[in-house]
Amino acid sequence: MNKFVRQQGLVAPLDRANVDTDLIIPKQFLKSIKRTGFGVNLFDALRYMDEGYPGQDVSTRPLNPDFVLNQPRYEGASVLLTRRNFGCGSSREHAPWALEDFGFRVVIAPSFADIFYNNAFKNGILLVTLEEDVIERLFQEVEANEGYRLDVDLENQRVTTPSGEILEFDVDAFRKHCLLNGLDDIGITLQDEEAIREFEAKHRAARPWLFRETAKAATS
Amino acid sequence: MAGQTLYDKLWSQHLVKERDDGTALIYIDRQLLHEVTSPQAFEGLRLANRRPWRLDANLATPDHNVPTTVIERAEGNAGIKDPVSLIQVQTLDDNCESFGIEEFRINDARQGIVHVVGPEQGATLPGMTVVCGDSHTATHGAFAAIAHGIGTSEVEHVLATQCLLAQKMKNMQVRVEGTLGTGVTAKDIVLAIIGRIGTAGGTGYAIEFAGSAIRELSMEGRMTVCNMAIEAGARVGLIGVDDTTIDYLRERPFAPQGDQWEAAVAEWRELVSDADADFDKVVEIAAEDIEPQVSWGTSPEMVTGISGEVPDPAEAPDDTTKGSYSRALEYMGLAAKQKITDIRLDKVFIGSCTNSRIEDLRAAAKVAKGRKVADSIMLAMVVPGSGLVKRQAEAEGLDKIFTEAGFEWREPGCSMCLAMNADKLGAGEHCASTSNRNFEGRQGFGGRTHLVGPAMAAAAAIAGHFVDVRQFAAGNDSHHDTPSQEA
Repeated sequence: MNKFVRQQGLVAPLDRANVDTDLIIPKQFLKSIKRTGFGVNLFDALRYMDEGYPGQDVSTRPLNPDFVLNQPRYEGASVLLTRRNFGCGSSREHAPWALEDFGFRVVIAPSFADIFYNNAFKNGILLVTLEEDVIERLFQEVEANEGYRLDVDLENQRVTTPSGEILEFDVDAFRKHCLLNGLDDIGITLQDEEAIREFEAKHRAARPWLFRETAKAATS
Repeated sequence: MAGQTLYDKLWSQHLVKERDDGTALIYIDRQLLHEVTSPQAFEGLRLANRRPWRLDANLATPDHNVPTTVIERAEGNAGIKDPVSLIQVQTLDDNCESFGIEEFRINDARQGIVHVVGPEQGATLPGMTVVCGDSHTATHGAFAAIAHGIGTSEVEHVLATQCLLAQKMKNMQVRVEGTLGTGVTAKDIVLAIIGRIGTAGGTGYAIEFAGSAIRELSMEGRMTVCNMAIEAGARVGLIGVDDTTIDYLRERPFAPQGDQWEAAVAEWRELVSDADADFDKVVEIAAEDIEPQVSWGTSPEMVTGISGEVPDPAEAPDDTTKGSYSRALEYMGLAAKQKITDIRLDKVFIGSCTNSRIEDLRAAAKVAKGRKVADSIMLAMVVPGSGLVKRQAEAEGLDKIFTEAGFEWREPGCSMCLAMNADKLGAGEHCASTSNRNFEGRQGFGGRTHLVGPAMAAAAAIAGHFVDVRQFAAGNDSHHDTPSQEA
């Protein structure tokens, strides 16, 4: 996983609530067995005028000129500003894979869906939750100022606006630690291998029916 | 001290370790795998030179990509015409074979949608933690299990460690008291709940469904309710154990037998919330107030009763909602204040992990029996949830009822719920669908989904537009009157 420490990035506004993961990356692109290459199909149905399919050369596809990410002023954005309940719906991790592959490292919204929240942090994307009225104000500032950038500092858990305003945010300590250091959490969990084995032995003794091999042995 | 909720009990039974930072390590009893969200997890194991922690905890079946026509399925994997889909299904087969994981392959009679297969096999048991790389894993909570969807990195984490890093959720109870009206089903209950609390209403919570109307539901109905907990934002939906739960599981292939069955049942009886348990939030709904539901928009919370109408964005409570409503009406090709019964349909889909079990097919067949699908319907399809559901339905003659009425009778899979196979909507087409999501493009690029229960879907197929199935059931099928408004 990529480390995330600090990001000073151009902000793109996606003014829409309840953006679901089907919208972030439509199902036809979930057929890939890889983790990479999803960026060209991020927000596919919003971004292009036609229906996309996997493996296509996107350079000839007609772009939707009204879609925010197609506007030159937002080219190279790495911070996505959006509305409540971002990432709802399907558990597809292809959604953060697509955001990351496109170049987004931060998403700022009033709230996020639970499964997406987990998936994003496992892929080096920082999700920043701010109050709805603050988000509203940021939308106005982004739209009014071309080249609007935010400085997102995970270590100190704060976002600094171009005018120097500081917005503090919460993030749980474990996720922060993993993100700052780019840690693979399987490795961290396996440090507790002994505790897992101990738990498992007790669990098996108390509830042998949850273990098929034990269950079979008992009834055969 | 207040008693424990069902969720609290299950959580503490699986807690391996709690870290100082509030993160916990939770032991996972069952992982269900399918072809879409597992390949990168297996690849991750390989790259790190890791093996699955416990093989017998896993069960796999392909479901999202599989074709559903009899002709294609006769060829097995070779019948998958889309080469990318084929690679994905073959990759699951190869991974299960090389790692030693049990898989029900494409034409195994036990193959089907993971959330139908797990319970049907007794692979989902009360007191378990169940995960799958699919958000509708909430389904399994109907058996008093903590069951939820996870991402692919977490699939890999569970394969490698048999554990998940988790944070305890808050407790919500949704009580549905009273008796449902005739023709009102589990699907209507859950759509009405989502309409009430919204698609983010359950974010951060495990929702326990309780009350007399929930108790009265069969296991199939309970699975339908828990399945859609995620559409209310809650990863976990739960229902306590009772005789209905235990009767369903008896003699299932993966369920314990003999002395172990008795010991298990004794413990399962405890898997209910204590009478004095504290919930962080309680929502109460009167069963009598629920009528058959139909979604009109592009989010499951955009739903209303069959006697209702499409809302006017001008009357939305705030600007964000107003924007969402306007966009939804434009996408759906509907007008403000349009009557739900005036929505004309092009296709009908009966299936998905929400509504493809035997009881769902029986309910639809009851409506379809002796009637004909309207000429204006281009396609009405019934896709059973598993090979075993299909076999049971055929033994009861339901397939004949459907085909005589003009429905297509298909092979099991996820099918048009998310249209990863060839079953999809064309742009602009309206579909009465028993699935769970009406998101833009979900059932096909530009497709327009209306979520309903199976009997409502069958009635809509006959009428060509939405009708109140309660009048239909009484034989008052006024399906010849033409909707006044073009959708």
